[in-house]
Formats: sequence, C-alpha cells, structure tokens
Amino acid sequence: MTFLNATRLSGLALAACGALAAMPASAEVLRFAWAQDATGIDPHKQTAFPSLRLMELVYEPLVRLDADLNIVSAIAESWEFTNDSQTLTFKLDPDAKFSDGTQVTAADVKATFERILDEATGASARANFGAIASIDTPDDLTVVFNLSLADVPLLTAMSSANASIVPAAAIADGSVGTSVVGSGPFTLTAWEPNSRASLGVNEHWAGGDVSYDGIEISVLPDESAILASLRAGQTDFALLNDPLIATLVPSQAGLTLNRTPQLSYHVLQLNASRPPFDNLAVRQAISCAIDRQDVLDTAMIGEGSVTGPLTMPAYRTDPANLFCYEQDIEQARALMAEAGFADGFSTTVVVATGEPPTAASEAQVIQSQLAEIGISIDIKMMELSVYVDTWLKGDFDMAVALNGGQPDPFTMYNRYWTKAGNLQGVAGYIDDELDELMQAGRAESDLDARREIFAAFEAHLAEAAPWVWLYTAYAYSALRDNVTGFVPTPQGSLFSLSSVTLN
Amino acid sequence: MTYFLRRLVTFPLIMLGVSILVFVAIRLIPGDAITAMLGTESGLLTPAQRASLAAYFGIDQNWFVQYGRWIWGVVQGDFGLSTTFGRPVLDVIGDRFPMTLQLAVMSLVIALIIGLPAGIYAATRQDRLSDIILRIVAMIGQSTPNFVIGLVIIYILSAGFGILPVMGRPVRFLDDPLGSLAQLSLPALILGFSFAASVTRISRSSMLDVLGEDYVRTARAKGVKRRNVIWKHALRNALIPVVTLSGVEFGYLLGGAVIVEQIFALPGLGRVVLEAIGQRDYAMVQGSILFIALNFLVVNLLVDLLYVALDPRIRLEGR
Repeated sequence: MTFLNATRLSGLALAACGALAAMPASAEVLRFAWAQDATGIDPHKQTAFPSLRLMELVYEPLVRLDADLNIVSAIAESWEFTNDSQTLTFKLDPDAKFSDGTQVTAADVKATFERILDEATGASARANFGAIASIDTPDDLTVVFNLSLADVPLLTAMSSANASIVPAAAIADGSVGTSVVGSGPFTLTAWEPNSRASLGVNEHWAGGDVSYDGIEISVLPDESAILASLRAGQTDFALLNDPLIATLVPSQAGLTLNRTPQLSYHVLQLNASRPPFDNLAVRQAISCAIDRQDVLDTAMIGEGSVTGPLTMPAYRTDPANLFCYEQDIEQARALMAEAGFADGFSTTVVVATGEPPTAASEAQVIQSQLAEIGISIDIKMMELSVYVDTWLKGDFDMAVALNGGQPDPFTMYNRYWTKAGNLQGVAGYIDDELDELMQAGRAESDLDARREIFAAFEAHLAEAAPWVWLYTAYAYSALRDNVTGFVPTPQGSLFSLSSVTLN
Repeated sequence: MTYFLRRLVTFPLIMLGVSILVFVAIRLIPGDAITAMLGTESGLLTPAQRASLAAYFGIDQNWFVQYGRWIWGVVQGDFGLSTTFGRPVLDVIGDRFPMTLQLAVMSLVIALIIGLPAGIYAATRQDRLSDIILRIVAMIGQSTPNFVIGLVIIYILSAGFGILPVMGRPVRFLDDPLGSLAQLSLPALILGFSFAASVTRISRSSMLDVLGEDYVRTARAKGVKRRNVIWKHALRNALIPVVTLSGVEFGYLLGGAVIVEQIFALPGLGRVVLEAIGQRDYAMVQGSILFIALNFLVVNLLVDLLYVALDPRIRLEGR
C-alpha cells in the first residue's frame, strides 16, 4: 500500500512537471541562471560580483573594456588626456539616452562623479577617483576632468560598473538604489532578491538593437540544480563557479562551456607585520616550499593557471622567471635555518567557508606542503562576513584569499602596495621600492614603459614574498546551442549578452 | 476555555524572550551589513563613508536604542525595513510564507497518507515479513538526509529524462493552483518521505501499545470485529503521539525547509532567513524568526486542542 501510494503520487507529479517544462515561452527571452543574486541596485555602492554583472546590463559607464581589456567607447564617444595626463576630456555620444528617453548629458556625468566623490554616499569606488580635482562641463556633450596629479589608470577605473552614469534627476530625488534608470542595453522590469529578476530591452539604447525580448534571471542557489536545468532545457545560459560542476557540462550534447581565465587571483597572504613573517627568509622559505601547480591540481582539479602578482594579459609575464616559482625544498630548509627556525614553528591560517568553494582544500594542500619544512598550520574556517572582518583588521597569521583583479596594475594594487594604500593594514608589508614603482607606473602613459615598470614591481614583490601568489582560476559560462554570439571576458562581463542571438 | 486564554497570555512573554534572544544572537556574530554587502571592498571606505552607511542601515546607535526602536515598531505592527529587499519585513514574509505553508501542508498530507496506514498495517503484522520490510524502509527514510534524495531525483530526472519541475520561476498557488501543486509536488514528496517514515514508526509503536490495553481486549472479547477494533476503538488513542510528532515536524517545516528550498530554488521563508543572516539584514532576521516562533506557538496550541478532541479523558483546564 505504501509503495502504491508513493508511485501513484510521484507519477502524477512527473506528468504535471513534464507538462510545465514543455510549455512554450510567449516572448523570446534568454533564460539565465546563476547561484547568487545581486545584493542591490545602486551601482555605486555594490561591489559583489553578481551585482556588477547585473549593473553592466542596465547601466553604462563612460567607457567600457572589450574582451582584450582595451578601452572602448560607451557613453563617451571619444576621450583625450592632455596637459601631462592631468586633464581628461570626454565627448559624449549625442544618441546616448536613459531608459526613460531623456538624453545623457554632461550634467549627468558631473552629478554622477560628484555623488561618487561625496563621502556621505559611501561609494566603494571613490578611492579610485581621488585625483579628480574639479569637473567642467563647457557644453552638454563635453566633460572635462581636471586632475591634481598625473593619473593614467583613472580611465580604466572609469570603465567599471561602479562608475556607471546615473541621471542627475535620480540623484537629486534620491531614487538611485530604489529604481533603475540607466542607459545600458536592458532595463530591470522586476526584481525579487534571491529569487528572480526580469530584464526588458531598453528601446532607447544607443548601442544598437537587441535581437530578442529580454532576459529572465533565475537564482538557483545549488549549482548542481543549475546543471540539471541546463540539461532539462529550462536554462539557456548559466554562470557556474564550482569547477567540479562546470567540468561536467561539456559531456552533455547541446551544451557548451566557456572557460575564461580571470583577473582575480588565489593567494596565500603572510602577515609580514607579525613575527615570524616579518623575517624575509621565513617568507621566502614558504614561497619556495609551496608547489603552486600541485595546489592547483589538488584543490581545483587543475582548472586554472599558476600566476605571479600581475594577472592581466597585457602585463602578465611568465611566472617561471619569478623568485622560487619552482618548488625547492632544499632552499626552503636552508632559508628556514638561516632565519633561526630550523625546527619549524606553528601558525594559523584563516579561510572563508565556501568562498571560493575550494578554499578549504587549498588550505589543506598548503598545510601538508609546509609541514615538509617544519611549519605546522592550524586551519581556522570562518563564515564569509566573519572572515572579511578578520581580514580587514589584519588579524591573522596567514590567510587563504581570493582577491579581485583589475585591468590596470595600479588600480589593482594601489590599495595594498603603496604607502597610502587603504588596505596597507591588510597587506602588512611595504618598502620604498614597491611604493616608488607604483607611483612611477601611475604617471607613465607609454604602454611599453609601463610594462617595464610593472615587470620590475612584480619581480620585486615575488622576491619580498609578503604574499605567495598561487593561481588564477576560470570563470565558467555554460550555454545551450540556441545561444550564439556570446563573448566571455577576463572580467566576467556579461555585456555581450546584448549582442547574442537566440535560435 | 480558560486554558486557551492562559496560553494566549503567555504568547507575548515568549515572543519577548525570543525577540531579545534573536536580537542579541545576530549581533554577536562579527560582521555587519556593510561588510556583508561590500566584502573586502569595505576596507576602502573612509570613516565618514562608513558612518553614513551605518546610519543608512540603522546600525549607528547602541544596542539598547536599536532594540527599543525595533520592538516599539513591532508592537505597532511595523517590523522595520529589510535592507536587502528595500521593503517592509512583513511584506517580504507575506510574499514568501504562502509557498512555505503550502509546502509544509503538502508534506504533512503526504506523510499522513503514507505513514499512518503503513504504521497501522505494520502494527497488525508485528514481526512478520511485511512488518520488517516496512520498518527497514522507514528506517532508511528517516536516516537519509532529504537533500541526498533530492539531488539524486533531480539528477535522474534531468540526466535520464531531460525533464525537471520548473525551478527558479515559482508559481503562486493563487495564480495557478494546479501549476503550483505540480511545481511543489517533488520537493513536498522529498520532505514528506522522511516525515512519512517518522509517522510510520511512531504510529506503529503507539498502535502496538494501544492494542495491548484493557479496553481493546474487552472490545475483542465482546466479539467486535478486528477491523473495527483497530479503526474505531484503538486508532483515536493511537493518534495522540502521531499528532504530537506531526505538530513538531509541521512547525519545523513552517520555519522553512532550508536545504530543499535551496536545491529547488524555492523562495520560501527558510531561504529568506538564511540569506538575511548572511547579509546581516538584521530587521529581516529578527522579523522572520519572530514569525517562525509564533507559528510554533500556534501549532502547539492546535496540537493541544486536538488532544482533547481525540481523547475526551484529557482535560486541558486541569493541566
């Protein structure tokens, strides 16, 4: 009787489910799934990865980065550095319009940057715009940023979704953050946090026509459920984080997986402001004792590539040339002895639970590798917010971290490796050479000369070994064969969803 | 109905205790709404920026002021604003609770439909093969975590048959009752499976107890048919432990079956609480926990009233 009841019920359920799944969609929408939703809709305050992805689709910054991280036009048609890189002038696209049909003017740009620079806003990108002394708007389509010092990376910082242009009117009435009026390809028509969102097409978008009617975003918190919904044909496009799930996608007919190396990097941070990590030889010994490829293979099933500090394609060099990038236990033991720790020592490493999903296994591999040179490690797992708090206070011996990357080395490392950097307390280490190289790189506008400066910066950083850079991972996007034209980028941008076609 | 009244009077006191407990508990966890939202980027904020965000999130005052402001609002029916949703907490609960309630009711129905007859059947066949098989199945059902069953079923359906209940686009019962029942049937079955296993085990053992009692033997001796003895005389009394168990389980389900909601991407109450804790959305956590506590109290009261209906010998007034 038990079994009869159960089968009858589940049979009914299955029939009903099947009928639902087969229901045709009335409009042509891209069905999109991801595990984490945006945490808010104020483009200047949100920094979480999913929030930035959503913002890019509905808002536009002045400039944008293409798949090779070159700066291309968005709201601005053209731009020019003059006067020793101390004045930056933008000409706006006269066709750029917000989703309510009003034109994007110089006044909107000025109001936006004043909002970002206003301390009361709490805008997270404010630190990148410190060089802006004043903003002139000679006419409706011209914006002039007057800088207090030469700041070449400023232009790249302006390509971020955190520098999206919002209407001056929305700033004035305080509706940024409660309603979305942007000049991007899509509009947000409905949003239930952590459940679903609907994007419609912005008819006024200056960038061209979108060939379909909108995007239905579903938040499926379990990534194996995302894979299941791709298989069942319920999802056309999905973002995945877990390499174990993502690598199953290609084995499925009708599905394609994009693997894109990311700018963000996995790193073992040593707290050089605390003994014994204030000892250069100890830090170098750790750097020599770690087999980065082995960590990558064991913790991430090899999904990624070993990296030095610079992860952006334009500046990346062959890590084999950096200090001790091949594991060298003999040298590590010698360095430990030199530092007076021939018998090793005990220490702790802080790790965030599930962020990234492989963090705990990374810590375990590192633990076993460092045991070989006598360092015994206690792994402290923490919930993400607790970890972030501890991390920000610099209250750790070692930390396994996944830190965000930027297309420009200065913007990426300004916070850690300059004397005025606002995360100096987290980095716990600085020397004159690092600071000087960073300042030189900031002011230099010639690309080849910048590459040289930052290559020297990278080599010095690897040798001083305040941190042990491990590897960059991939961002994964999975799509069904009916979606064509998506171009993944190293920043994980979804902007090219505006130019895909659905068949 | 003085018992009923007395219980109702204790409600506010219990709720007050819960409110203080949850208020303090969530604040004891390090991290606040700002670090939760900005992550490591919150290190880039200047003190003035941080202060203005703290004021925005209402975490700029000390705990006493915060608690006072919140509880005064609650008394007036205002549970505050959720910072992640940007909407009143009660609105969000009102949005999410119907799905959780529906899921809980469906699981309860499945559990009773399967578990009760199975338990009684097993009790009447004590130690025979069918009893042993049922007991083994119930044991497996109780001890297998429901997310394992859920994932296995999802895998079989999607990889084997290419079908799946629509996930991530929840259908509301009031909009489309049949569609909503269909969508929730799989998660309800999975939740109901282990629930049914518990019901089977408890109804079997309580039926065995009751079958050994004097009045049952008397009834048998008077020549009442075996079927009637079980269904008319014994069942009412055997039901009491089943009601207790079901009440507790149902109360838990109303708090949200977090893992099943997570796997099936159902925006129920459980996920709201979980995500609100992760985001340090204090008002949302406090409001929904209070709401869940109230559910428990109401369910418990109903269970007590059901006792009286089942067994008139139980007099609530005297307890």
